[in-house]
Amino acid sequence: MGRWTWFHRLASPPSCYQTAQTLKPWFWVPAVVLLCFGLGNGLYFAPKDYQQGDAYRIIYIHAPCAWLSLLAFSTMAIASAIGLIWRLKLAHALTSALAPLGAAFTLVCLVTGSLWGRPMWGAYWAWDARLTSELILLFLYVGYMVLRASFDDVDRADRTSAVLAVVGFVNVPIIHFSVNWWNSLHQGSTVIRADGPAMPAAMLIPLLACFVGFTCLMAYLACVRLRAEILVRERRPSWLLTVDEHHE
Amino acid sequence: MGEVMRRECRLAARKPSQWLQPLVFFSLVVTLFPLSLSPTPDLLKTLAPGVLWVAALLSSTLSLERLFANDFEEGVLEQWVLSPHPLWVLIACKIAVHWFFSGVTLMLLAPLAAMSLAIPSSAVGVVMGSLALGTLCLSLLGAIGAALTLSARRSSSLLSLITLPMALPILIFGARAMDLASQGQDTAGALWLLGSLCVLSVSLALPAVTAAVRIAME
Repeated sequence: MGRWTWFHRLASPPSCYQTAQTLKPWFWVPAVVLLCFGLGNGLYFAPKDYQQGDAYRIIYIHAPCAWLSLLAFSTMAIASAIGLIWRLKLAHALTSALAPLGAAFTLVCLVTGSLWGRPMWGAYWAWDARLTSELILLFLYVGYMVLRASFDDVDRADRTSAVLAVVGFVNVPIIHFSVNWWNSLHQGSTVIRADGPAMPAAMLIPLLACFVGFTCLMAYLACVRLRAEILVRERRPSWLLTVDEHHE
Repeated sequence: MGEVMRRECRLAARKPSQWLQPLVFFSLVVTLFPLSLSPTPDLLKTLAPGVLWVAALLSSTLSLERLFANDFEEGVLEQWVLSPHPLWVLIACKIAVHWFFSGVTLMLLAPLAAMSLAIPSSAVGVVMGSLALGTLCLSLLGAIGAALTLSARRSSSLLSLITLPMALPILIFGARAMDLASQGQDTAGALWLLGSLCVLSVSLALPAVTAAVRIAME
């Protein structure tokens, strides 16, 4: 039993509220440092690509956003499953805190991708497999948020949208596979390959810094939104008073 | 189980407009394309798979809106939740009957639509087969959407917003099977993939619909 006390403590709104507060600096400090280093290096100092020139530099924003769009959805699905199985309200709070963040990163990924596509492929949009599955992912996020917003009762909204998050998550690989089968134009993977990354270190290190930096940024934003979400859900004055005593 | 099936069939037989409307809608949408593009057989033949599938997808979301709504409002679903029979079996019966009245009828209507879009008659078998498999998937996936939106506000547009992205693979494989068939090529691959999607959606949809109905009941 003793091993799980941390879990029970984390599952209570006041301590989660405070844990999120203590975690915040652990995320925003690395995010600022890594993004300054990664974006600064990537956008100005990294060597030009021999084929794509300067245009490739958008990868420093595009690729981390694509990764985060999937990371956020997976986290949402896992949190939803936890919330459904153990009836943990905080897991649902985390899911609803993450949804707009994931949607935003998906949108940034699509916009940067189409800006890159204009000089490279000659069109802002191509019906390529990865683009299409990313677009469908955006629709899944939107569907999730709209479904959530169409319930008055928080508990029912939580659990209904959690079912959708889990079902959508199971569908993402199926959609990706089917779209891939349909048409693919996107360049192959550069970083994760069997024969090692096809990128010089001067380009790769800032990119990795951007990946970690953007992930920390999302974690920080998730903490902020989770705190706000908990505040909205626990609008009981007595609870707020106890929080104020411990904190701030 | 048999009783539930019989009840569903009787309900559908007494209210034919519920399952006839989507069929009329399907034929209308199919009619719109030759009128808005051009009636040349070559063009129609290339567009036909896409047209048939988009029309089938839209008409299925139309028929799914009321799948659980009436039973929910009249308290039948509540009785089902309370009854000693497992809920998923009852729901599976309901979906099966719905598929019979939406999917199988659509499949019987499809040859006419396909002929009118200049699909060669040798491909009609694949058109019917792919539509039968595809509408089964659509009924199952749509049931998830219908169950999730049961107690939601503004549920009509919400249903298509939730269901359509997930129905994308069905659209892709179904249209590809028809396309290959109308070019006289081997369609086994696409049909197998469609069949495996069916199996997947059975295993995915039944637990999800059951969970969603229980949540809506609480």
